[in-house]
Amino acid sequence: MDSAYLIETIIKVVVILLVFSALAGIGTYFERKVLAFMQRRLGPMNVGPYGVLQFGADAIKLFTKEDIIPTGVVAPIFKIAPVITAATAFMAAAAIPFLPSFEIFGYEVHPIVSDINVGIIYILGVMAVGLYGPLLGGMASANKYSLISAARAAAVFISYEVVTGLAILAPIMMVGSLSLIDFNEYQAGGIGNWIVWSQPVAFILFWIAAFAETGRTPFHLIANDHEIIDGFGTEYSGMRWGLFFIGEYANMFFISFVIPLLFLGGYGDGSFLGALGLLAKMSFFFFFFLWTRAAWPDVRPDQLMWLCWKVLMPIAVINVVITGFVMMF
Amino acid sequence: MSLEAFNNRNVTEGDYFLCDIEDYPQDGWGKFKRVVKRTFRGELFVGLWVVMREMIRFDIHTIQYPQEKMPIGPRYRAVHQMKRLWESDTERCIGCGLCEKICISDCIRIDTRIDENSRKEVTEYTINLGRCIFCGYCAEVCPELAITHGGEYENASDQREHFLLYEDMLTPIDKMKAGKQLEFEGFGSITPHEDERVKKTPLAY
Repeated sequence: MDSAYLIETIIKVVVILLVFSALAGIGTYFERKVLAFMQRRLGPMNVGPYGVLQFGADAIKLFTKEDIIPTGVVAPIFKIAPVITAATAFMAAAAIPFLPSFEIFGYEVHPIVSDINVGIIYILGVMAVGLYGPLLGGMASANKYSLISAARAAAVFISYEVVTGLAILAPIMMVGSLSLIDFNEYQAGGIGNWIVWSQPVAFILFWIAAFAETGRTPFHLIANDHEIIDGFGTEYSGMRWGLFFIGEYANMFFISFVIPLLFLGGYGDGSFLGALGLLAKMSFFFFFFLWTRAAWPDVRPDQLMWLCWKVLMPIAVINVVITGFVMMF
Repeated sequence: MSLEAFNNRNVTEGDYFLCDIEDYPQDGWGKFKRVVKRTFRGELFVGLWVVMREMIRFDIHTIQYPQEKMPIGPRYRAVHQMKRLWESDTERCIGCGLCEKICISDCIRIDTRIDENSRKEVTEYTINLGRCIFCGYCAEVCPELAITHGGEYENASDQREHFLLYEDMLTPIDKMKAGKQLEFEGFGSITPHEDERVKKTPLAY
């Protein structure tokens, strides 16, 4: 391992951290604006022109608020839980190619921290570890609503890992690799080569599961909306709560990158247009997260479990079997 | 639009119709059919389209409050005002004390004396806005239409007792001279064109 590689990797890591921390903040602004427009409101308007500096004001508030550790909580676990959520969200970014490789000053840059050969498994695995944030945070909080929320979050996340894994299995069988770069190469021929045309069921299943993995609205059960309680984050304040928030939004951005990379051709042939195409697809999927939040109600926990185990998982298994038969004959 | 459509409770006529609610399926096959039907009916996309339509239409209903305010009706009962007589610009209040008597939250205090011309004069008049419930009885009971409600509703205070003095409520004399005193049209005021309905008192019995 030469030092140039080391320096390059560190620079990439820092850039991804900075860019996606900022994007998480800007994402909250977009979410509030989009939700407001869909509900005939204006959203944040006072901080900066059209409220664009609102996330700056929010960041100042989060950073300067008192960090309260309530009595009765298990302090070390309570403190480490938000870090787990944020850290695992960013760790998952290591295997995601955000853009095609490009040359800068004659030096070829691959905008992926590490093209490991188990890329998808790594991303899904690390995102699954993110479950420990809500789970430990809720259990350590000494608050019954946090505990309920933590239990619900664990049930949802673990159940939908099954759907995600089985849904992604069929495309993996077709491509024959776990690296997202190889997925992209497989679909580089153009729109006709996209995996979504040969695996529409897997695409829909993965998309549905993505909502559960990120805890977004049709499956937004990690917040106890029915008890008007924020869920596992009830006892958190200041930047620890902010870390949960950054983790959630970074997760949304990363899963919005992963879906087009897996099913919709990624950055295509690696041209400038292809890179723009990936960003456009990512923006659509991120926007869809906000769109559904304005349009759809939450489902009940038992309906969620029913949907996962009795509907989505059998369909995913059948999809895998059919894919296998088609590939064999 | 008239209210008749809403007041007519006779469900056998008009646009009323029974909702077509199916019975719950009893067996597994029926439940399965219901799930399939609901899944492919595409109602989720209707919801998506509705919110997207509103976003494109951009018909924003927000009122940015400190900069913009809603118009309030003339009958709105906000902070009180003391009116002056149009003819002589003097105060209308005759110090009868009816408003103090009728005030159900006991927030009006009035004090009077006999002045040099042997006329009753108001010396002290306060309304404790912290207690006032803005019921409008004082304006209704006032025989001279002196105390009325105004349209000023921003009366936040940093104390529980927030007293309104007589001088604060009274129409400023320069505003009166400019003829800009607004008559209250709400609770207790004279209905419009009342003059035309006045009849001579029948004296011949």
